[in-house]
Amino acid sequence: MLSIENLVCRIGDRKIVDDISISFAPGRLHVIVGPNGSGKSTFLKAFSGEWTPSAGHVTYDGVGLNHFDRIDLARRRAVMTQLPELHFPLSVDEIVMMGRYPHFSLRPSVRDRTICRKVKGLLSIDGLGDRDYLTLSGGERQRVQFARALAQVWETPPKGGRYLFLDEPVSSLDIHYQHQLLRLARSLVKENIVLIAVLHDLNLALQYAGRMVFMKHGRVVAEGAREIVTAKLVHEVFDVEARLLDDPEGGRPVIVFA
Amino acid sequence: MKKIPFHIYYLVLGLLLLLSLVVSTRVGAVSIGYDHILLFLRHALSGTPGNSIEEQLFLQIRLPRVLLCALTGASLSVAGALMQALFRNPIVEPGLVGTSSGAALGAAFVFVMGKSLSGAWVDALGPFLLPLAAFAGGGLATWLVYRLSSVFGKVNVNTLLLAGIAVNALAAGGTGFFSYIARDPQARSIVFWNLGTLSGADWTNTGVVAFSTVVGIGLSLQYSRALNALLLGETEAGYLGVHTRRLKTRILLLNTFLVAVATSVVGVIGFVGLIVPHILRLLKSSDNRWLIIGSALLGAILLNVADMLARVIVAPSEFPIGVITAFAGAPVFLFLLIRAGRQQQKGGFYA
Repeated sequence: MLSIENLVCRIGDRKIVDDISISFAPGRLHVIVGPNGSGKSTFLKAFSGEWTPSAGHVTYDGVGLNHFDRIDLARRRAVMTQLPELHFPLSVDEIVMMGRYPHFSLRPSVRDRTICRKVKGLLSIDGLGDRDYLTLSGGERQRVQFARALAQVWETPPKGGRYLFLDEPVSSLDIHYQHQLLRLARSLVKENIVLIAVLHDLNLALQYAGRMVFMKHGRVVAEGAREIVTAKLVHEVFDVEARLLDDPEGGRPVIVFA
Repeated sequence: MKKIPFHIYYLVLGLLLLLSLVVSTRVGAVSIGYDHILLFLRHALSGTPGNSIEEQLFLQIRLPRVLLCALTGASLSVAGALMQALFRNPIVEPGLVGTSSGAALGAAFVFVMGKSLSGAWVDALGPFLLPLAAFAGGGLATWLVYRLSSVFGKVNVNTLLLAGIAVNALAAGGTGFFSYIARDPQARSIVFWNLGTLSGADWTNTGVVAFSTVVGIGLSLQYSRALNALLLGETEAGYLGVHTRRLKTRILLLNTFLVAVATSVVGVIGFVGLIVPHILRLLKSSDNRWLIIGSALLGAILLNVADMLARVIVAPSEFPIGVITAFAGAPVFLFLLIRAGRQQQKGGFYA
């Protein structure tokens, strides 16, 4: 359980994150949406421990974020960011193994290798192990990065739960890979893990989210199951005219922009 | 990415290093036979040295020189691997980012002004005064280049090169000034400061460099995984539990330590730290553990070969070793620069 109380992040005088209190429980995929500059990424950085907030509290299973040391935190919390840029050739195996770095001190154990093999299988990249990451397509790279994050939090720590955060994970993918990745993310929901994704595409969010969190100007303006999504809310948050249509076969609404 | 396991590479590199050391002790102004080398070594180990000139030459000049050369090659190459990982750029090396020239300036200061320095602390430092001054100079220059080139947290290759040129020119100017006012003929030698020479090797300075090399490489290995994570980016490394700011400071210090101590003894030798990690990356992988161990071995081998050439080409005189490393290294540098220029058009890189 991730609990956030009165979180504030300032850059200079500007409040990027303005007094957010919210909690995220395991068991569903939480999706954060909002326009550019709404503070989504800073918010994610703040509750994942990469950005020190100006005020407020973040607790992981009741333990304050500042009570974890970096390694201890890295063993329970993984973040998949937008495609990192690499300047040196590294093999897929080497990158996936980086997810296990917080777990071993000198050499990877047999267990670390087994976990890497399992996540590669899960993401169907087992054939790419020896390939140079720089020669992979965008979709393959995304799956490698997802595998690395998954390997990092594969095991439940002795105390507390696991946390996986995805920061705009599908922004550079084509439709096929967007759905593949989000389907996989959703399938992890059963695994007792706090799962949060920041997404840009509202329709993708509607399709996969168990709970949606709308952000604007550093605040949470609405949150709840997808039933909360109305044309009025979309207009209020994104400042675009939208209509919600019912997809007769999908059983969920589709947003059409005017 | 190639299938041959790491330990085979280490084994082959280790054997090549041994071979290069043996051959290197043999050749020079006076050529020493292998049977004699064995005999001298046995004498030295049993503590009953002979008195022949050849044996003196071997034990007091040739052997420390060969060892110093290997240690210097290892130090410079490992420092190169560290800096490339830190700047996340394959064109970086200690000579480019100012460490070498800054260290030379620090060393030149002590070399020339040492006699005018007095006080209890000078005596207390003894043989460590020179490497310490080199460390201070190298550290300052490297820090300056790093700060100048990473404005807004983003390292730009062009700014990096320009900052490097400026800081190197400043340090070289200072070194030139000290060598101009120096009375000591060795301090006046332009060759020593600009192109490096191993002719000053003795057991004391070889011992000092051995210490810095072993300690420096040992510490570097502790950071190999963190440096790997850093290849993904600073934020990503942070999420993997790396304290990135602390890591950066430590890597800069470690690079300065390795380069400064060696430079204070042999002068500025460029391009070794550039080529060696590059070859290793082509051979096998960019994993920093491999790059650090491999650089130590391959750097020692290559600098030994360069020194052998330096002694053989114009024997009984000797050629400046820096000329050889520059001829071998500058083309590699240009090649990498052209490639980096193309990548730069697609957007900068972060550090």
